[in-house]
Amino acid sequence: MEALELARWQFAITTVYHFIFVPLTIGLAPIVAGMQTAWVITKNERWLKLTKFFGKLLLINFALGVVTGIVQEFQFGMAWSEYSRFVGDVFGAPLAMEALAAFFVESVFLGVWIFGWDRVSKKIHLACIWAFALAVNLSAFFILAANSWMQHPVGAIYNPETGRAEMESIGAVLTNNTLLAAFPHTITSAFLVAGTFVTGVAAWWMVRLARTRRPDLIQLARDVYRPAVKVGAVVILVAGLGVAISGDVQGKIMYEQQPGKMSAAEALCGGQEAAPFSILTVGPLDATCDELTHLIEIPGLASYLGTGHFSGPESYLPGVLDVQEEYTARYGDLTAAGEPVTYTPPLAISYWSFRLMIGLGMVAMGLGAWALWATRRGRISESRWLSRFALLAIPMPFAAASFGWIFTEVGRQPWVVAPNPTGIDQIRLLTERGVSTVVSPGLLFTSMIVLTLIYGVLAVVWYRLIHRYAVEGVPAQVRDESPEAQDDPDTHRPMSFAY
Amino acid sequence: MEPLSILWFILIAVLWTGYLVLEGFDFGVGMLMSILPRGGRKQRESERRVLVNTIGPLWDGNEVWLLTAGGATFAAFPHWYATLFSGFYLPLLLILLALIVRGVAFEYRGKIDSERWTRAADLAIQVGSWLPAVLWGVAFGNLVRGLTLDADFQYVGGFWALLNPFALLGGLTTLTLFLLHGAVFISLKTDGEIRHRARRAAGILSVAAVAVAGTWAIWAQLAYSVAWTWGAVLVAAGALLGVVRTVQRGREGWAFGLSALAIVAAVVLIFGSMFPDVLPGLDGGQSLSIAEATSTPYTLTIMTWVAVFLVPLVLVYQGWTYWVFRRRLSTEDIPAPAGLSWKKIKDSAFGHDAGPAAPASKLPQ
Repeated sequence: MEALELARWQFAITTVYHFIFVPLTIGLAPIVAGMQTAWVITKNERWLKLTKFFGKLLLINFALGVVTGIVQEFQFGMAWSEYSRFVGDVFGAPLAMEALAAFFVESVFLGVWIFGWDRVSKKIHLACIWAFALAVNLSAFFILAANSWMQHPVGAIYNPETGRAEMESIGAVLTNNTLLAAFPHTITSAFLVAGTFVTGVAAWWMVRLARTRRPDLIQLARDVYRPAVKVGAVVILVAGLGVAISGDVQGKIMYEQQPGKMSAAEALCGGQEAAPFSILTVGPLDATCDELTHLIEIPGLASYLGTGHFSGPESYLPGVLDVQEEYTARYGDLTAAGEPVTYTPPLAISYWSFRLMIGLGMVAMGLGAWALWATRRGRISESRWLSRFALLAIPMPFAAASFGWIFTEVGRQPWVVAPNPTGIDQIRLLTERGVSTVVSPGLLFTSMIVLTLIYGVLAVVWYRLIHRYAVEGVPAQVRDESPEAQDDPDTHRPMSFAY
Repeated sequence: MEPLSILWFILIAVLWTGYLVLEGFDFGVGMLMSILPRGGRKQRESERRVLVNTIGPLWDGNEVWLLTAGGATFAAFPHWYATLFSGFYLPLLLILLALIVRGVAFEYRGKIDSERWTRAADLAIQVGSWLPAVLWGVAFGNLVRGLTLDADFQYVGGFWALLNPFALLGGLTTLTLFLLHGAVFISLKTDGEIRHRARRAAGILSVAAVAVAGTWAIWAQLAYSVAWTWGAVLVAAGALLGVVRTVQRGREGWAFGLSALAIVAAVVLIFGSMFPDVLPGLDGGQSLSIAEATSTPYTLTIMTWVAVFLVPLVLVYQGWTYWVFRRRLSTEDIPAPAGLSWKKIKDSAFGHDAGPAAPASKLPQ
């Protein structure tokens, strides 16, 4: 394989992997902060138990998000140095802001939260987890600002003298409409992931305890796990609604900014009005678009997603062949190596990742609705089917989020910086021009294998820890460890938390 | 040259200083985890846990200085970022892998109550602390010495050229400095037996640091630097000699300040030698200057405002955490291990006595 292919695989592997852990952190941190707030306000021990329980799972997860994030920042320079030269003046700024404004807050205040139960007052301790929860969300904003700029460059000009994109307005970069749509979509989907995680684990426990016929354990299910199920289910339903609405907004923006991505999502070959949303398409899903058969479809829905109109001339969606023709006329037909440029993103990946994103996300919505119904008016459920489905649903929104990113990034191909057809379209960069020229394929291959292996081992470790700590359940006893709850805070006693 | 570009060159040096001073001691603690603990198996484990916990709440915040230095370089000097990290691909990859396994090991070490697990975590902490401690010095040594760049500012020297005697001595220098810095930190943050051992180690290491770092600094000064950086060399030498004295007298706070000062002086020497280039050419060949590598004044202005507001804020709250966790730790402060054992979960009241509860094997594998 060439350096380009290897660098792309490496980026895909490390990014998809990183983004398994990130959404759970983004969504779970505010949920845990909310649980701790409930404890501080109501003094009800159930919330402290849940804070400790889900807090541990949050920490196990956060560790991997952090360490894989370091790789993300440096591989732009390592494997994509020509990209970095071209965009650094614009793209570097949100990255540096993320570090200064968000990473420091995250790591510093999380440290105090973990080790500080008995060192800082209850209110300050609570403020620490909120600072952490807000910072992880702020982090997402800055990184999405950078990503959205690659999807849709704004606030910059192309400088022919330096041969690079140069920033003109940071305000425009941070209010890019691509960003304003992507941020709520990413955040709500992160809450969908976390809500499903909380509901899944808590519902499994609730059913497990409800079936014991032991009054004390049934009481535990009612007291502690049922509230957690309800919290999680509400998060799922609210977040799910947010995902749908923000996704719809994004679809319409995408139709303007990257028509090729939208038509690839539908495997739409020729342009048409009242384009149907395809549920199943068979045939070779490649750029030639031959012999495709759309088996099951919903009339007009794709047009509505892209344009807001089910039918009529305004509902026209271009096909991949139209986009190819238009882009060839606009941006040239040959690569640096003299090969023809394919402006159609890989059709099979775009088509299926789009469907898996939506479908798997909807499984989580099902869990939310079921769990809420099962816990209505003080009830707890003994349904084995609910507990099975609860566990089964946990990985679904994780996968949905990953497929969402695969769709977003693969659908942008062949561009690494997609042109902005509604504005400054001189800023654009083909992916093949972004790769480092001094890094050999052998080195890239080695690093890809080593990273994949280490990530693989860590994934197993992560899963086993999450599994074990989830199966351990909430602590049987908790106590208020804050300095104000101690008679004499100065006495020497073992640390409340230690590695 | 734009004054803002020079300001950002200095700011990036400041970020690296923050990184090397802060993570320097936690690398040191990580390395000393294999050296300092003594006694029977239980006592050693308990001392190791004291050491991990001295940096437990702090190491992650320390590492963010690296991320910030990286991000700031990307934003302020894209060519520097691009050439440096693509040119140093392999060493940087090794550092990243080391930091990955190290961070995970800190967080997960106490999570499972099993000796095999703890040993694996300790191995990861060793690899993760020794390797970067050496490699950062090798990398900076090469920056001072100069690199082979082509006309497009691409590094074309290859990997083996990075392993020259000057850079390798640079690696030994950071290794010794971090070991010393870590030993001093341990003597400042612990109590009991381990504190005394750390003090003795710091005494020996401070003498070694004077010899190793002194040789490297004088070599750097004579071969690659300018007159005014003699000042930095003298400060570093004075600081290290000061560590020798203060450690012996039990003034550990002073000793820690002085070993930090030695690292600051080393960064001043390194960046002072590079100025006005960000990547000097080897033997006067093609170099990449601050002026050539810089971002536009607009970007730098934005970044300056962000830094002016946020860097002091970061210093305040990060400093506060050092205050919160100021207490010395000893083996008595360390609670019993809280790690899970699989057996304990299976035998727990909920699982075992709970009648028809779903067995744990029902979880998706």
